[in-house]
Amino acid sequence: MSKLKSLHGVKVKHFKNTEDCSTEILPIPDRVVISMSQHIGKPCDPTVKITDLVKVGQVIGTSDAFISAPIHSSVSGKVVAVDEILMSNGQKTKAVTIETDKLQEVDESVVPPSVNSFEEFIQAVKASGLVGLGGAGFPTYVKLSPKNLSEVDTLCINAAECEPYITSDYRTIMEDAEDVLNGARQVQKYLDLKKVIIGVEDNKPKAIALLKEMTAGDASIEVASLPAKYPQGAEKVLIYHTTGRVVPEGKLPADVGVIVMNVASVAFLSKYLKTGMPLTTKRVTVDGSAIAEPKNLLVPIGTPIQNLIDFCGGFKTEPGKVLMGGPMMGIAVNRLDYPVLKNNNAILAFDEKDSREPEETPCIRCGRCVNACPFNLMPASIEKAFKAGNVDALRELKVNLCMECGCCAFACPAKRRLVMTNRLAKKMLTQKK
Amino acid sequence: MSNKLIVTPSPHVKDSVTTQSIMGNVVLALAPAMVASVLIFGVRALLILITCVVSCVAAEYLFEMVCKKPNTTKDLSAVVTGVILAMNLPSSLPLWMAAVGSIVAIVVVKQLFGGIGQNFANPAITARVVLLISFTQPMTKWVSPNFGTAAFDAMGGATPLAVMKNAGETLPSLTEMLLGFHGGSLGETCSIALLIGGLYLIAKKIISPIIPASFIATVFVLTAVLGQNPIYHILGGGLFLGAFFMATDYVTSPVTDKGKLIFGIGCGVITVLIRLFANYPEGVSFAILLMNIITPHIDNLTRNKAFGGAY
Repeated sequence: MSKLKSLHGVKVKHFKNTEDCSTEILPIPDRVVISMSQHIGKPCDPTVKITDLVKVGQVIGTSDAFISAPIHSSVSGKVVAVDEILMSNGQKTKAVTIETDKLQEVDESVVPPSVNSFEEFIQAVKASGLVGLGGAGFPTYVKLSPKNLSEVDTLCINAAECEPYITSDYRTIMEDAEDVLNGARQVQKYLDLKKVIIGVEDNKPKAIALLKEMTAGDASIEVASLPAKYPQGAEKVLIYHTTGRVVPEGKLPADVGVIVMNVASVAFLSKYLKTGMPLTTKRVTVDGSAIAEPKNLLVPIGTPIQNLIDFCGGFKTEPGKVLMGGPMMGIAVNRLDYPVLKNNNAILAFDEKDSREPEETPCIRCGRCVNACPFNLMPASIEKAFKAGNVDALRELKVNLCMECGCCAFACPAKRRLVMTNRLAKKMLTQKK
Repeated sequence: MSNKLIVTPSPHVKDSVTTQSIMGNVVLALAPAMVASVLIFGVRALLILITCVVSCVAAEYLFEMVCKKPNTTKDLSAVVTGVILAMNLPSSLPLWMAAVGSIVAIVVVKQLFGGIGQNFANPAITARVVLLISFTQPMTKWVSPNFGTAAFDAMGGATPLAVMKNAGETLPSLTEMLLGFHGGSLGETCSIALLIGGLYLIAKKIISPIIPASFIATVFVLTAVLGQNPIYHILGGGLFLGAFFMATDYVTSPVTDKGKLIFGIGCGVITVLIRLFANYPEGVSFAILLMNIITPHIDNLTRNKAFGGAY
């Protein structure tokens, strides 16, 4: 693979401050708010009502849509509200609020699934509520049952973790390596895939060594050490750098014979097949210059982020910005009562100095954005076309391919908000179709 | 507390490179050539440099004040324009002409088109061409190196290119060519100083090597093929200054690698055509100016193909 011309990207400082912080278990909060929209696709409808008593692992939201994933209670306790909440992306969604009894009684439905065939496997994955834990939140059972399954030969495990600060995937490998490999092997077995490639950025040498040691006798599993260059963990980038295959515009990874799963997703899958406990907890990195004691935490889904910050000693200095996710693609939030979702992997809080937004100056056409874009897009030209309202040019410039990784805006010496412009340009394209 | 949280679109971290740091590095890269020009042409060179830089910055400051636009002098781009313009002038030029050139560069070429990033042609080059056409005689009165001793305008020093074009006088030696001990404008003579600055910019990834390499290589090959001495053609005249510092101007050169290659070759071809077949002994600034004008077309024709894109 060394002959491949590697895709563009940017060198971001890693700040993996929490890489040696073993995962601590967050005490059960007094109440959790479980959103019915924790995946790409149709939100779930609540299946419980106010005053209902619920247990850990009980289904509290379902949908009959194809692209969806059931939602389970992460705690035992009493439902105190079924209403709408505002999410960090500004949209409203239904949510179930549960007052916990702290007993964490497990629901009767939680029993190891009986899986002997591909169909039963997919059924189990669907029932587990698993969505892409790397951030995208795409329902995993849909991903694992592509139309052209017979043409898929490779499972790519995404352990790149290219976002600065976040170490939750790294801790998953270091603490649950058995589950990572078992989960990958289960997928490999039921989908009948020839090869598994685990892609890890080379700033995690211990994880690479551990995985290599544990897969020493297995020729079907390859551990690929990838240069620590953001966005190595972007799906199409990872596929290209591990298999050399290019996912064409409008196609899915499965169309080039690859299925990509996050390392935390396969580790969860392994645990689920053993215990039957659906997706109710998430490993989250809490870090940033405003956090007193950065940690990795295992938290019940639906826990307000304020609880995570409090458990990490609170703010050591006035926070300027709080992010759900990493600094390159995370969402800045204006309140601390947003609940943790299935696909959250970090809560970062920065002091006022680190939160300061640099002044935007005119584009000098230096081309750094062009040389930063992994997909060879031309953000400066896109910005110009967007400002002129030139939809045809936007289409030609392929703004629709932009994955909003942030490389262009990171590299821009004029500090232009190129990612935001790309988002608006994509919106313009869909509106004027 | 929480009502003061800042909400901005991602990414939330930015590279430390700014427009100002880029321009500062360009000035730094020009420092060897500035020092060389003062050593070779004496205090007069320093006066020209100061006049151009001060006039450029003042013109930008005053224009923006009059037009009630935000003051952009701190991005240092006006300083760069001033230094590069000075580098393109003979040391004997009356200072008021240098000031006129600076005002043309900043007000007419840069600000009237919208300020930094909006000009269609390189301000310093355009100003040089304006001066050359307006004040042809003083602009082509080349001074021999005086090293600060002899009176600077004591003797006329023909540039090596003029010598090659008209014959008659003897050409300087190769060492003199490299060190810049020959007639010419302030900053163009000392090839070594320009090379050091250019390589610094390439090493700092401020400019791509494509334009200077293709520009210089084209001139070298073409002049060799046409039976000229290619070494004198690349060392004489303003080729190094133009190729490293003016043709690489972000605003007026193509963005993609392919576009840069076309631009560099185009500059080289036009330079050689002017040098060998036109009235002027030197064609670097005309070549860059002409290529500046077609840069938008080169850009449109050399768009990158998106990764996985359908077309």
